Amino acid sequence: MSTKDRNKSDKKTRREFLKDSGVTGAAAFAGAAALLTGSDDAEASATWAEHFQKNYRLMSDEEKKEAVARLETRYSEEYGKKVTVGIEPAIPGVLFGYALNIQKCIGCRRCVHACVKENNQSRHDENGKATEIQWIRVIRMEKGNFGFDKANMDKGYPGAKGEEYGIQVGGNAYSPVGTVLEGQHYYQPKKVPEKDAFYFPIQCHQCEKPPCVKVCPVRTTYRDPDGVVVIDYNWCIGCRMCMGACPYWARRFNWGKPNLPKADMNPDTHYMGNRPRMKGVVEKCHFCLQRSRKGRYTSCVEVCPVGARKFGNLLDPNSEVRKILDRKRVFRLKAELNTYPKFFYFVD
Amino acid sequence: MKQITFGIDFLTYALKGGSKLYAWLLFLGFFIMLWAYGNFTQITEGMIVTNLNDQVSWGLYMSNFVFLVGVAAAAVTIIFPAYVYDYKPLKDVVIIGEMLAISAVVMCILFVLSHMGRPDRLWHIIPGIGILNWPNSMLTWDVAVLNGYLALNLICGFYYMYKKYTGEPMNKKFYMTFVYISIVWAFSIHTVTGFLLNTMPTRPMWFHAVVPIKFIVTAFSAGPAFIILAFFIIRKNTALEIKDEAINMLSTIVTFCLSISLFLTLCEVVTELYPSTEHSFSLKYLIYGKHGLSGLVAWFWAALIMNIVAFALLINPKTRKNHSILPFTCVILFVGIWIEKGMAFVLPGMIPSPIGEFVEYTPSWIEIGNSLGAWAIGLTVFTILARGAIGVQLGDVKHSDAN
Repeated sequence: MSTKDRNKSDKKTRREFLKDSGVTGAAAFAGAAALLTGSDDAEASATWAEHFQKNYRLMSDEEKKEAVARLETRYSEEYGKKVTVGIEPAIPGVLFGYALNIQKCIGCRRCVHACVKENNQSRHDENGKATEIQWIRVIRMEKGNFGFDKANMDKGYPGAKGEEYGIQVGGNAYSPVGTVLEGQHYYQPKKVPEKDAFYFPIQCHQCEKPPCVKVCPVRTTYRDPDGVVVIDYNWCIGCRMCMGACPYWARRFNWGKPNLPKADMNPDTHYMGNRPRMKGVVEKCHFCLQRSRKGRYTSCVEVCPVGARKFGNLLDPNSEVRKILDRKRVFRLKAELNTYPKFFYFVD
Repeated sequence: MKQITFGIDFLTYALKGGSKLYAWLLFLGFFIMLWAYGNFTQITEGMIVTNLNDQVSWGLYMSNFVFLVGVAAAAVTIIFPAYVYDYKPLKDVVIIGEMLAISAVVMCILFVLSHMGRPDRLWHIIPGIGILNWPNSMLTWDVAVLNGYLALNLICGFYYMYKKYTGEPMNKKFYMTFVYISIVWAFSIHTVTGFLLNTMPTRPMWFHAVVPIKFIVTAFSAGPAFIILAFFIIRKNTALEIKDEAINMLSTIVTFCLSISLFLTLCEVVTELYPSTEHSFSLKYLIYGKHGLSGLVAWFWAALIMNIVAFALLINPKTRKNHSILPFTCVILFVGIWIEKGMAFVLPGMIPSPIGEFVEYTPSWIEIGNSLGAWAIGLTVFTILARGAIGVQLGDVKHSDAN
């Protein structure tokens, strides 16, 4: 009820705004911009300039500065605190990589929540207008990983008549007696780790041959020289080709206007990283660029209580990640797709 | 200023009609209003008003887009026999096929705009002011071939009509060059749309070499079926003569293409379900349902039954050539292929998600309204273009200087 009322008055002011400014052509355009972005007047003038902004990589240093200044003003005004938008480029000689110890992970999901907090994702809204966007999902896998139906073990297809030739399929072809169980990522336990489960977190795998980058029609998503696949949120047209192509289900879409309360906003941002997003664009994990390019760990690494998450420079033979790759039993998820993820799983 | 008088005469003829015409346009107008409301809501509130989500991020819009690319390509089923085999009965009505192609591409563009999260940034894809990730992104190929196809049909159709209008002789070389290019181009648009989907190994159901050829044969069944229906309506309501041979030629093409399509369905089912790996979960979910989720099962079987019934009615020459049965066949075939391309191909490709999660999707009312509206706009465009073209063809729309 209250939301509906708010919407009504919201629309009315927008319409009035449109009428008032409709005198000159340019002002009418600004009104249309406000209408499109669904925002109020003050914000509209800032976003209006953003509409004509070039793709980040094609901007001159001057234009980059202007774009950043524009964003900083808008964000600072919107969130009521001093917001910085960094444009630190990739550090030469660095290729970021990640290793996750599935033996240690206890499925507490502290990484998931730390990530949401650090990276200014949309939060859950009580009116159902926005949902929380999470870049990391933890899949709970059943231990034993095998279920079977004792009563039907000696039965199957082709059935009694064919028994002398041996059963070709246990149970029958449609409900087999022995099946591999599947994981799920909606578990809500009272306590972790659970006795009968192990955990398998997934997020963007920062592929060296990223299928999402290949399919993007406007090159808004690309691989930066430090190996991180980034997105220029101001250039994304929202076609969701990348979401179709990603084998790791790492990409999220801003279906509605992101809900980011002022108090929860992290003011330390990066242009390609955790700056607040707008509706209708895709986002995903970017190895906390605002931290990693300043030599800090990502927030998920920092928060992990069991040290299952390791992050570092793959080109440095003394880095923790490299040592893990050299010495542990390491594997990549869906390696058969040949995307060369820089996100590795390992066991001790 | 013959061009201007042509435009005026063309539109005046197209929009002058009996109460039947106005009732039809008013009927379409109702859905166009739904479209305007739906798209306004979607732009102001965001895509959250659709039922799409991070698991099923392509839905009704993309399904309709894929289907309509096929309808656009199907104009070639008239143009090809008319010019390559010099088949007279179809030569007189080529123009209708071209007008259908134009209308179908218009609908494609409308569906893409509704599908996009940021339609206001469409200019980002225009080379020069934006970036076109060509040749890497398959979507940019699709943009290029679709716009090229639209241009080719506008050139061929309107050059022909303009020359007929003014009574000037046609430059055969110029005209035929574009006609032949458009024939080859028609195949390319649906092939590329097939490549758009089947180059994603993440979605095993789409990751199949049969996809482009199946797209083409289903398109060449549904498209001519629509054209046959349009021919029946035109024959009944206007003075334009459409010979029985023209309709029979098209229904023969439909029969051939539909039989190949059914065969390819069989190939797909056997290839997937005999070994039945995890990669066939999408198809299993589509055909039988999985884990108690069965939202698409009824659609799949309905489409299959419709296609088989249509095939039975087409393969038999008696029922194929019986023009009181043929319209019925065409309707169920058109609907059957529409379901097959959307609910039975685009949607199950997204289910399960790449990490194996089954999420069911039913479109929201906004999505349904926007889709009906886009169809209504396309049909309005087709009505106007086809009526004008008939006027030109009959010689009713003529410049005063023309003999």
